[in-house]
Amino acid sequence: MAEVLVYVDHVDGAVRKPTLELLTLARRIGEPVAVALGNGAADTAAALAEHGAVKVLTHEAAEYADYLVVPKVDALQAAYEAVSPAAVLVPSSAEGKEIAARLALRIGSGIVTDAVDLEAGDEGPVATQSVFAASFTTKSRVIKGTPVITVKPNSAAVEAAPAAGAVEALAVSFSDQATGTKVTARTPRESTGRPELTEAAIVVSGGRGVNGAENFSIIEALADQLGAAVGASRAAVDAGWYPHTNQVGQTGKSVSPQLYIANGISGAIQHRAGMQTSKTIVAVNKDPEAPIFDLVDYGVVGDLFDVVPQLTEEIKTRKG
Amino acid sequence: MSLRIVVTVKYVPDATGDRHFADDLTVDRDDVDGLLSELDEYAVEQALQISENSDDDVEVTVLTVGPEDAKDALRKALSMGADKAIHVEDDDLHGTDAIGTSLVLAKAIEKAGFDLVVSGMASTDGTGGIVPALVAERLGVPQVTLLSEVSVEDGTVKGRRDGDAASEQLEASLPAVVSVTDQSGEARYPSFKGIMAAKKKPVESWDLSDLDIDAEEVGLDGAYTKVEAVAERPARTAGTIVKDEGEGGKQLAEFLASQKFI
Repeated sequence: MAEVLVYVDHVDGAVRKPTLELLTLARRIGEPVAVALGNGAADTAAALAEHGAVKVLTHEAAEYADYLVVPKVDALQAAYEAVSPAAVLVPSSAEGKEIAARLALRIGSGIVTDAVDLEAGDEGPVATQSVFAASFTTKSRVIKGTPVITVKPNSAAVEAAPAAGAVEALAVSFSDQATGTKVTARTPRESTGRPELTEAAIVVSGGRGVNGAENFSIIEALADQLGAAVGASRAAVDAGWYPHTNQVGQTGKSVSPQLYIANGISGAIQHRAGMQTSKTIVAVNKDPEAPIFDLVDYGVVGDLFDVVPQLTEEIKTRKG
Repeated sequence: MSLRIVVTVKYVPDATGDRHFADDLTVDRDDVDGLLSELDEYAVEQALQISENSDDDVEVTVLTVGPEDAKDALRKALSMGADKAIHVEDDDLHGTDAIGTSLVLAKAIEKAGFDLVVSGMASTDGTGGIVPALVAERLGVPQVTLLSEVSVEDGTVKGRRDGDAASEQLEASLPAVVSVTDQSGEARYPSFKGIMAAKKKPVESWDLSDLDIDAEEVGLDGAYTKVEAVAERPARTAGTIVKDEGEGGKQLAEFLASQKFI
């Protein structure tokens, strides 16, 4: 059976959820061979094996943390040459897309970015993308070289599928370009204790209607009752009420959770682009004409300062 | 010292318009009004700021690849303050994908001459965000991408890249390719004077033969990817809307419970 290369996104050996979703998709096409790089690479093996990786290629070197993107491209290319896979799958993070793109160019292959689904096809894997602010879906195929495809979080379920997960050391020699861009300092993002925005099953967002940084506490309180991530519209971020890393929309994150709760967000195209593919959408807004209500499964026309705290209390009560 | 900055910009269908696909499954660029991609305005802005903050002799050239109308995007960038423009236009470019676009841009950037390339974080139509990395790979120069802050001094570009897990300070020697995010700073509006001055600024037109690119390397036929099907997402079925009369939060909780979220 053909092998499929899966690039592993991990933090010091802890595999992030989108990589496990990639393994589910990779198994539709062939046998997943994972590539884990940098500090803690070998520690990823157990989780990867549990979800279907037949092999885990690892390489640790300081270059992965000290220089931007290119060392990882060199390593993924080395893995590609060692394995001759049927496809290369990479998580659709900002960095993942850059790594995938440079690899594709080097190996003379096409690339499809931001896939939301992947199926095996007679002429190679077919990737589904969601385009034009999610108003269209397209099905695309790479027609030259080995398909390189980046896949967005929440595009498939994480499935247990135990496999060997044999760890093998990957031989990597870095290119001249590898040390071109130096990372001179790194400040890890402070953990909020909440789920990662793009990976969360539930997202609770606030917009212009929240009307102040201090008021985001009521959005956070609801999120915490639901075990949800917190999002913000561009208006709220531009006003300085919430960090840009939490922005949902065209120039922020695009999310596709099971449940999206929009509070005080009108639903401009810029925002819809980032949340329209959510399974269930709920909104609270004072303005009955807000375009967000065109998208909702359930909407409450009302003041979020009344509705949201009441909802939070009610959930608390129901949970007992 | 002189510093040659090339800013890559894209002319895109207006995101607030009714964007759709043409019969050949390429983006329809005829029926919807186009404009300079909003995200590229940030690139123009940062290039102009680098220029204004520099003691060197800086020249800012804006470069676009696209049909005749794409001149509008160049004109906007010139009216913001760029010095000159290059328009790569060729009928054989229709349907070019990201890999092909990066080839055309890299060849044009080399022909123009550059010390620094500044791009936006992504286009507002394709949204892939991979072209700057591809251009850096092709030019064989450092990639310093997705910066929320950027500065150039003594032949070195520095910037801050805000990632999911960490915020990183980056540094590379020129020549380099930079991309900037919408967090890098509000783009200026063209002044009346700027708009008038732009009319007199030079716009060069190049075609594929000027760049020694064969037609087979680009366009739909040269593409590395193929869109096989396009479907409009079905409109979401109308949901239940209630007016809060004191029980809105509880009603919402009831709905969430019925959907097994709580």
